[in-house]
Amino acid sequence: MNATQMNRMSNATGPLLEIRDLHVGFQTQDGLVPAVRGVNFTINHGETVAIVGESGSGKSTTAHAIINLLPGSGRVTQGEVLFEGRDLTKLKRSEIEDVRGKLIGLVPQDPMSNLNPVWSIGFQVEEAIRANGIASGRKEVKEHAIRVLKEAGLDDAETRLKQFPHQFSGGMRQRVLIGIGLSSTPKLLIADEPTSALDVTVQKRILDHLATLTRDSGTAMLFITHDLGLAADRAEKLIVMYKGRIVESGPSRQILQDPQHPYTQRLVAAAPSLASRRIQISGGHLDSIEHEVPKGSEDIDLIAAGEARTHSVATTAEPAIVVDKLTKVFKIRGGKAGSREITAVDNVSFSIPRGTTMALVGESGSGKSTVARMLLKLETVTSGSIRIGGTDIAKLNRRELFSLRGKMQPVFQDPYGSLDPLRSIAATIAEPLVTHDVGTAAERKARVRELLEQVSLPETLMGRYPNELSGGQRQRVAIARALALKPEIVILDEAVSALDVLVQAQILNLLAELQSELGLTYLFITHDLAVVRVIADTVAVMSKGRIVESATTDEVFGNPRQAYTRELLNAIPGADLTLGA
Amino acid sequence: MARYLLWRVLQAIPVLIGTTFLIYFMVFAMPGDPILALFGDKTPNPALLARLRAEYHLDEPFIVQYWYYFTGIFQGDFGTSFTGEPTTEILARTFPVTIRLAVLAMLFQSIAGILVGLVSGLRKGKLFDASALAVSLVLISLPIFVVAFVAQYVFGIQLGWARTTVGAGAPWADLVLPALVLASVSFAQIVRLTRASVIETQGLDFVRTAYGKGLSRSRVIPVHILRNSLIPVVTYLGTDFGVLLVGATVTEGIFNVPGVGRTLYQAILRGEGPTVVSFVTVMVLIYLVVNLVIDLLYAVLDPRIRYVK
Repeated sequence: MNATQMNRMSNATGPLLEIRDLHVGFQTQDGLVPAVRGVNFTINHGETVAIVGESGSGKSTTAHAIINLLPGSGRVTQGEVLFEGRDLTKLKRSEIEDVRGKLIGLVPQDPMSNLNPVWSIGFQVEEAIRANGIASGRKEVKEHAIRVLKEAGLDDAETRLKQFPHQFSGGMRQRVLIGIGLSSTPKLLIADEPTSALDVTVQKRILDHLATLTRDSGTAMLFITHDLGLAADRAEKLIVMYKGRIVESGPSRQILQDPQHPYTQRLVAAAPSLASRRIQISGGHLDSIEHEVPKGSEDIDLIAAGEARTHSVATTAEPAIVVDKLTKVFKIRGGKAGSREITAVDNVSFSIPRGTTMALVGESGSGKSTVARMLLKLETVTSGSIRIGGTDIAKLNRRELFSLRGKMQPVFQDPYGSLDPLRSIAATIAEPLVTHDVGTAAERKARVRELLEQVSLPETLMGRYPNELSGGQRQRVAIARALALKPEIVILDEAVSALDVLVQAQILNLLAELQSELGLTYLFITHDLAVVRVIADTVAVMSKGRIVESATTDEVFGNPRQAYTRELLNAIPGADLTLGA
Repeated sequence: MARYLLWRVLQAIPVLIGTTFLIYFMVFAMPGDPILALFGDKTPNPALLARLRAEYHLDEPFIVQYWYYFTGIFQGDFGTSFTGEPTTEILARTFPVTIRLAVLAMLFQSIAGILVGLVSGLRKGKLFDASALAVSLVLISLPIFVVAFVAQYVFGIQLGWARTTVGAGAPWADLVLPALVLASVSFAQIVRLTRASVIETQGLDFVRTAYGKGLSRSRVIPVHILRNSLIPVVTYLGTDFGVLLVGATVTEGIFNVPGVGRTLYQAILRGEGPTVVSFVTVMVLIYLVVNLVIDLLYAVLDPRIRYVK
């Protein structure tokens, strides 16, 4: 009936990979900490299977255990990894070295850190080809490398062989890694979050390409991702992992439409890509489509949040931020040509009504973060004006600027980088109060308590330090700090991009609640259109420094005018899925 | 690249003027009359004293003395020592010896240090690693003269493998033991530096990817782990070459090596301005050149660094 069963029938010889009761643990000072506990699954020849789960669920550990590349103290404590009938966990070092690359290819997660910065791209592709005995002799190896890179979508491969990784963009590096992974036409390709670091449109192009390549060569793929929509889009079979165990597995569509396990149900409800897709199909009338909001997931149901928002757009309010013909030109010192100018932000104008959210959407390099930095006066303006609450911020003196900063607070992307590791949570949240000399020590302490409650964090965290908190908790702390001075405007620069989907959903809901409670104005900067659907009232799409489209969220999603916006929308994973319709 | 080189050479000029001026000033400011000191207990003839003072420009103000010296450099005249020997000849006699010593030490410490550090890092927590760490700690803690005396006693006297003092002309074979002693501290530092660097590199993503590509251990270790780990070590070696030249003073004294260190020490005691300044100038020059070479080597080791100026 489905592809999985058809494959099973056509392959009487048995599955390509069979994992039986796999346990993996990490040796720590407190003894063996289990990371994978009793995982069973099979992958047939030519089949694509996706493992979905949040960070720490054991999905990457499972993948690395297959090819015996567990980091540090990790080891397989029990179970078998049968590849074509051979148990890979029992192989000697030289034997597993023969399996890696040649029979099982690996496309790793982060394109920035997975290529050695000191060797040229050509060198790194060629050494893989030579090690797996695909070609020998300088000329043949080079030809093969060029072919592999071209297949992976690097059109000018010949001229780029001599270049180094830092001269490549993230997308291009990912193509190189895919090329390396597929260079010896392996029987199985392990793709560990191959596109999580990339923009959505690049992600779509690369995954389309990867799908074509694996289909053409009959390579099976184990696809690891945290994005349920993406997984369902790309794989026939889904495996959902939670805390080292498989909680649910089966055909992708079935899992999406009828999730059984509570964790899967929450994932389905929280995945922004799916939620935005649902709202889109429903045309704003959720009752007309059959979708199950599972029990226990009310608090993170993004569909409900998005739905509520579509009726509450208040565009009549006076503008909190007015940006007029904003332009930023950077001078880049170049080699022989001297200096060169780059227009990062080009004639950008928008206004945000008080109490609403505007999303500024664009891919990396589109200039969206530069706009945010200029609003915060962290960057000088080349031309144009920014008016906050009616005052032109260019004309402010130091004292006025200081009080403006109290009214406008930022939350940044990386909750690990934006908190000082040497300051306790209480000290971190109280810092803006101290800087702006608000209240007595006791009053500040009371305010910190109040803020922690607002962001739903327990008071017991006050004395703790950032490294003792999870990513979601840290981002809540960053939000609490931003709210300390009771600002009117919060600038959220990719504030949820680094978080797992469930945490992301919680933070998005928190932001929505805080907005209606405190009447905040948000400028929400993101590359993820899926998130925009559930948080923003208006959307401005940026590309190459210009705003190419600007309208209400409904208009942008329902009736995108620009080809670029359509491309962005189509790249949201899960767009081809039919959900209950 | 050519522009970068030119820029670096231009940068060296103020450094050179600054250091020579400073050293000259310090020698000038030393208490005591160097000429009087030459006569020891005897009372010199005032006329002779005045003539000697005039010959060495000691009767002129400091800035004029410095000017005579500085302009002299450009005519190849580095001044004359109180023994009447031109400074250039002393330089030509002593520098090759010390450079030979420093190069030998450099070879020992880099080759042995990197090898031991690599094995230590790869076998972190094992016996080899623990012993290497212990030995390096001892070498770092001990003052160099202790190491020198112990080496002299054990290898020179007890075992008789090497001569305890360096003979005339300072042949390479005689310099091996002093070079080993001179290298000992830096060897220990390099072991630790390489070890830490190897451990860090080993855990990086591209190393796992290299294994994932199907590369064997014997390829990943030199090509992906050691190569990347060497970048900080090379920086250290660069700054260390200068330290070796200066640090040779103690070692040269103990092993009686007729090199720069001993001569410079004596010149300082005698207050011979031109000799001291000339030695320091040459050392500064060597230091600048070595650092330039290291910076260029850095760009070879790490392609992300490209010099544009």
